[in-house]
Amino acid sequence: MEVLKIATAGSVDDGKSTLIGRLLYDTKSLTSDKIEAIEKTSKQKGYDYLDFSLATDGLVAEREQGITIDVAHIYFSTANKSYIIADTPGHVEYTRNMITGASTSQAAIILIDARKGVIEQTKRHFFINNLLRVKEVVVAINKMDLVDFSEDTYETIKLDFQQLLKERDYQDQRITFIPVSALKGDNIVHNSETMTWYKGETLLEHLEAIDFKDIYNVGTPRFPVQSVIRPKTEDFHDFRGYAGKVYGGELSIGDTVLALPSKIKTKIKSIYFYDQEVETASRRSSVTITLEDEINISRGDMITKTDTPPVVAKQFTAKIAWMDQDPLTVGNKYVIQHGVNKVLAKVDRIHHHIKTDFSGITEGVSQLDLNDIALVSFKLNKPIFYDAFTNHRTNGSFIIIDPQTNTTAGAGFIQ
Amino acid sequence: MKNTSHINPLENEAIYIFREVVAQFENPVLLFSGGKDSITLVRLAQKAFYPAKIPFPLLHIDTGHNFPETIDFRDRLTKELGLELIVRNVQDAIDQGKVKEESGRYSSRNVLQTTTLLEAIEEFKFDACIGGARRDEEKARAKERVFSVRDDFGQWDEKSQRPELFDMLNGQIELGQNVRVFPISNWTELDVWSYIEREQIEIPSIYFAHIRKTFIRDGMIWTNDDAIVFRDEEEVVEERLIRFRTVGDMSCTAAVLSSASDITSVVQEIRDSTISERGARIDDKRSEAAMEKRKQQGYF
Repeated sequence: MEVLKIATAGSVDDGKSTLIGRLLYDTKSLTSDKIEAIEKTSKQKGYDYLDFSLATDGLVAEREQGITIDVAHIYFSTANKSYIIADTPGHVEYTRNMITGASTSQAAIILIDARKGVIEQTKRHFFINNLLRVKEVVVAINKMDLVDFSEDTYETIKLDFQQLLKERDYQDQRITFIPVSALKGDNIVHNSETMTWYKGETLLEHLEAIDFKDIYNVGTPRFPVQSVIRPKTEDFHDFRGYAGKVYGGELSIGDTVLALPSKIKTKIKSIYFYDQEVETASRRSSVTITLEDEINISRGDMITKTDTPPVVAKQFTAKIAWMDQDPLTVGNKYVIQHGVNKVLAKVDRIHHHIKTDFSGITEGVSQLDLNDIALVSFKLNKPIFYDAFTNHRTNGSFIIIDPQTNTTAGAGFIQ
Repeated sequence: MKNTSHINPLENEAIYIFREVVAQFENPVLLFSGGKDSITLVRLAQKAFYPAKIPFPLLHIDTGHNFPETIDFRDRLTKELGLELIVRNVQDAIDQGKVKEESGRYSSRNVLQTTTLLEAIEEFKFDACIGGARRDEEKARAKERVFSVRDDFGQWDEKSQRPELFDMLNGQIELGQNVRVFPISNWTELDVWSYIEREQIEIPSIYFAHIRKTFIRDGMIWTNDDAIVFRDEEEVVEERLIRFRTVGDMSCTAAVLSSASDITSVVQEIRDSTISERGARIDDKRSEAAMEKRKQQGYF
């Protein structure tokens, strides 16, 4: 059993928080004191229904404005799966949070207000989930109660949305449409009694049926070294282990491996998970490995199998999502953190902006502002060991740190 | 025991975070309360650095209102594992007149801890403080980052948090700033309990059912301790079979009626329970925004 991370996205009033609240309520995941708090606050506000959005809208500023302004994490589980929902805001100025939520998720729920249909925001949400190669996308057409549960409305919106599918980059993404009313509870956990024309799964049924084998893109194993473990105790006098997390595949004892950047070949001698010696380190496990030969490896280096090495280069081109108020311009210098490896980088060229409504590119641009997505080339002071993002979600991505403010100013997806 | 394999990815993530802290910071510390979450952190840290020792000290901010069982446990655990333990006392700050003790029915030293914590951070120049907070505990905590930057005054600015993408952790800070690190951010209360059961981690005895002198106030069960917990004369003390779900100060931790006397029955009880963990924390009931306000002031 694993944990399924789901990013939710929607515009300000699409009812995202209500949908999540409903999901929690109908799966009996809300505790009695939380229900009590929701009832109390709903009553104070004079509502004649339960305001489930209060279950998730945590910050004072949000309650005052009635909107979600940051990524909130919500946890629930069924007998079958554990879920983490990254509830991310949909309004224009906070697109960065949506990217943040999608970056750790394997599934996404895009909400559409049935009265409004596919709008600019819907396209943007879908664009970002496609850019980040989120495998499972549920398009929940919400507030069906406000359009008389009309099948025609649902079909029209579905058709509109399907127009976008031709334009998307990541064609293997799976799309499922579900008509729902989060407020009334239709097709969230229980089948709608009104929309009998809909024969598909409820939202929860669909999430429950997702197979973890299908949602991870298995690639080639990459082992970025986080730290070198040298206990220097009597029992482990000569122990020299490399601590890190395995991404994209497995590593086993006896595998011939390549250490980068030294390009020295050796074999895996042992793999430790705590005090247990294991034969194989599975994908995404945090292990410590030792090698047959004594070679000089330090933090930021990478151990990989010899047959499918990553690209080793001092320059690359990547799609960049810019998340900072200060613009990115040609010649600017940043720190690029690629996994656990940090290098200095200079912006070499901005090729073009990529429009998030699937309408193409804008050429002749000189800078990236907050929320812009663009194709950018960088030059680095040291080589990094990367894969294309399309082949390796972990080893093909990086963050950009502004050395002046130390903030995470952008995210990148290597071509 | 139920299938606990869903904890494996959470465990791997926590180990990864511990290793990032040690690699990215000069002087990290683990904030240790003696509660189950910080005890879990100690086990995860052991796993992250084995066969080397845990490469940072533990810091306990002692309010003087702790359950004696917790303090005994703390001392035993650190001794057994050979860990360095630093203790700083809230009482010292009170004696020096830096903070003023609360009075009245709901008085506790919970808020006062902040001053002592910030002073300890400054005294030892800690640049990363590892804590056991979880996002499922409380609404304001649901928005915490794994690496959460605090300014010189220990304050949290929830509106300008750094985005955290993939599992890349940006630990770059300026001199004087520090980072709060939450390796078990994504764990739920039940995950922690299931892990304690699976890993056979020892925890203080007050988590298990025992008979204690208590009284009832506002529908909650309070520990009777005349020196520490304020009690009206009409509040009647009775012996009850109880246990604690969360371990804070005596003056702000309510008990639950329970006969769960071992870890398996505790896990079962949590699984069946319908009151969330913080429902038993009197400090959060003060107002809906209670937790967020305390966090902005530097509370953990």
